[in-house]
Amino acid sequence: MAVNRDYVGRTFPASPPYEVSRVKIAEFAAAIGDPNPVYVDKDAAQAAGHADVIAPPTFPIVISMAASGSAVADPGLGLNYAMVVHGEQYFEYERPIMAGDVVTAQSTITDIRDAGRNVMLTTSTQIRTTSGELVCTAVSTLVERGS
Amino acid sequence: MTDQVSYDDVEEGAELPPASYPATRLSLVKYCGASGDFNVIHWNERIAKAVGLPDVIAHGMFTMAQAGRYVTDWAGPQSTVTEFGVRFSAMVVVPDDDTGATIEVSGQVTEKLDGNRVAITLTARSNEAKVLTRARAVVRLP
Repeated sequence: MAVNRDYVGRTFPASPPYEVSRVKIAEFAAAIGDPNPVYVDKDAAQAAGHADVIAPPTFPIVISMAASGSAVADPGLGLNYAMVVHGEQYFEYERPIMAGDVVTAQSTITDIRDAGRNVMLTTSTQIRTTSGELVCTAVSTLVERGS
Repeated sequence: MTDQVSYDDVEEGAELPPASYPATRLSLVKYCGASGDFNVIHWNERIAKAVGLPDVIAHGMFTMAQAGRYVTDWAGPQSTVTEFGVRFSAMVVVPDDDTGATIEVSGQVTEKLDGNRVAITLTARSNEAKVLTRARAVVRLP
């Protein structure tokens, strides 16, 4: 089944509010093996100029994937998720994500294009606080491998 | 963790010292749990091989995280990452042994930008393959 090009430009509903906790940031930092104290120690984070512990640069994927994942799983899109690999990832940060942030993520499918036998699908996901402050934009390109 | 780098001390073209990071099966299991990405190709060798992969492979985002750590370790605690992007060009294959795979990251300051920002171009290799291409971070330095 072909991927439905009509979905280019479609914006999906924002995800439910996600509360960023110190525990989750610490778990993520441990999982990537990064001992940087600004991810686990509030004093170290404050010494670096932050109000609380901050999240590693790739942490927003945890929040953006939940939103873009439900977008690309839309049955009308016709993406065969079993054949999908992650092609590219880009983040633009207004500031680091921080413990205590309550954020939502909203995804737009910005591009669907052929690349040989593969199909490339790009989503742009904005992560905003519930008061509307843009924190991070995550752009993901998924590749559906042709069979 | 390194000492704090300042914008004025950084020169375009400067090479950053390379670093190596391990990726073991345990790393991937932990990353599955922390990220919520439980795709079976990251933990189930039987299914990974059945879909044509050489073995279990690391999450692309795990590899990107190592490159992110490389940048923030170099840039120091007073720095802020403002942009970070990569293309995943090859898989990091993680064998079922005590060593796992190694991700080797190197970088170069390719541009000094306005607003105390510098652009770093990154290279990541594992098992002789370039696993990230077009990898670039922009960092604001004090």
